[in-house]
Amino acid sequence: MSLRERLASGGFAVTAEISPPRGASTENITKTAEALRNWVDAVNVTDNQGSNVRLASWAGSVALINAGLDPVMQMTCRDRNRIALQSDLLGASALGVRNILVMTGDHPKFGDHPEAKPVFDLDSVQLLWTLRTMRDQHVLLSGRKVDPAPDCFLGAVENPFAPPVPFRAERLAKKVEAGAQFIQTQFVFDVPAFAAWLAQVRDLGLHERCAILAGVGAVRSVRALEYMRDHVPGVEVPDGVFQRLQAVPADKQAHEGVKLAAEIIQQVAAIPGVAGVHLLVAGNEGAVPDILDSAGIQARSPGGV
Amino acid sequence: MTQAIPGPGRSPAPEPAPEPAPEPVPAPVPVHPRLGVRVAYRLQRVLRPNAGYRWLSARLETAGPARTAFTGAEREAKGKLFGCRMCGQCALPVTGYVCPMGCPKELRNGPCGGVGADGSCEVYPERRCVWVDAYDRAASAGRTADLRLLHRPTDHRRWGQSSWLNYWQGRDEDLWTADSRTHP
Repeated sequence: MSLRERLASGGFAVTAEISPPRGASTENITKTAEALRNWVDAVNVTDNQGSNVRLASWAGSVALINAGLDPVMQMTCRDRNRIALQSDLLGASALGVRNILVMTGDHPKFGDHPEAKPVFDLDSVQLLWTLRTMRDQHVLLSGRKVDPAPDCFLGAVENPFAPPVPFRAERLAKKVEAGAQFIQTQFVFDVPAFAAWLAQVRDLGLHERCAILAGVGAVRSVRALEYMRDHVPGVEVPDGVFQRLQAVPADKQAHEGVKLAAEIIQQVAAIPGVAGVHLLVAGNEGAVPDILDSAGIQARSPGGV
Repeated sequence: MTQAIPGPGRSPAPEPAPEPAPEPVPAPVPVHPRLGVRVAYRLQRVLRPNAGYRWLSARLETAGPARTAFTGAEREAKGKLFGCRMCGQCALPVTGYVCPMGCPKELRNGPCGGVGADGSCEVYPERRCVWVDAYDRAASAGRTADLRLLHRPTDHRRWGQSSWLNYWQGRDEDLWTADSRTHP
C-alpha cells in the first residue's frame, strides 16, 4: 500500500527517512530499505541533507521503487532554481516517483561546501504552489503547457517549536493553501508543545485538508543528542530528555532512546489530528522495527508497496 | 483544465527602459528596521498610488537622470531604514515593515524551520530572524492577517529598480494574493 493509499484509507501512516551515500552506488539504499520493508508505508530520501553532497534524491527514490518500496523524494530550494525544480518534478514523475516533499533546505553554510552559492530562487510555499499548478492546471510557472502533467502527492514540513511559535500553524495554512497534502514535522520531544500547536492546526481545519505526520527520532546516546542540539538547526531538546538518557549507563542509552521514541509515538498518536508518524532515524534505520514494535504498531502486510 | 486560472487583474504599465547596471547586490543579512512600525504604516497611507504619483512616476521613468536620482534616493533612504537591497518589488507593506529579502534564504512567505529558540537567525545567530521581527511588529499593529498572504516568486529582472516607481506604475499589484487558485 502506498503512502497516498494508506492516508486515504484512514490508516495510521508510518514513514522513515534514509540518507543516500556519498558515492556513486544505490546499494546502501536498497540494503537499508530492506530493514524498513514491511514496517513503513514510504521511505524519505533526503536531498543533500545538511547541505552535504550525497547521491541525488531522485536517483535514491528510483532505487527504492526498483526495490518495491514507495519513496518520498525530498526536494529543497537551496540548490536549484525554478527551471531545474520544475524539470526535476517532470523527470521524477516520469520515473514513477509520486510523493514529493518540499522544503526550504538548510543554508549551505552548514554543509561541506559553505562557499557555494545559495540559490533559494523559490521558497517552499512558492514551490508547492508551482508543483500543484503543474499537476492540476497542466502549466509551468511560465504559463507554458505541460503534456502529460505530472502525477504527484505533495508534502511539506513544519517545525511547530521554532519562533515565531504563534505563527507556525498559520504558516502551515499557507503551505496547505499552496498545495501540501501531507506534512512531516521536525523532531517531537516536547509533546505538550506539539499538542498546543496541533490544537491551533485543528482550529484552522488544516488536519482535514492535510495529513499530519509527527516526526519522531530514536536517540542512540547522550552524545548524539548533544550533536543534534548544537548542530542541527531548529531542533530543541528539553532538559528532561537529557536527564533521562544521562540516568542510564552508556551501553543502555540506545535502548532507552528506543523506549522514549515508542512512548512519544503512543502519546502523539492519541492526539486528534495526527495521521501518522515520520521516523527521523537516518543512520539508525535498524532501530525501526524495535521502535514500532514497542509502540504497539504492527508490521505492514508483506509485499511492500 | 488547462485554462481557468484567474490571471492578474488590470494590466500594469509596460516595463521601463533598462536602467544602468545596478551596483553589485549585497548579500542578504537580517536587519532590524530603524523606523517604528506605527510611523511605517502611516507612511504607507502617504505613499498609496494616486493620479499624482502615477503622473510623476511616468515622467520620472522617461527622464533618465531624474529617474537615476530618484532610484538613488530610494536606495539611500530604504537602505538606512530597512536594510533595503533594492529587489524592486517591495514586500514591506505586508511584512510589518521588516524586509524579508534580508533573510539569508530570501524567504518571502514566512520563516524557515531553523529559527533558534531565542528567535535568532540560523545563519547569523547574533541577529534576529526577520520573520520573528515581522510577526512581532505586525502583531503590535494588528496586522498579522497580512502574513497569511501568498507571495509569488521574485522577478529577478527587477533588482536595482525603484520599487516606488514600480508600485505607482501598478507593476506590484500581483506580488501577493489571498487566492491560492490563481497562478503562482
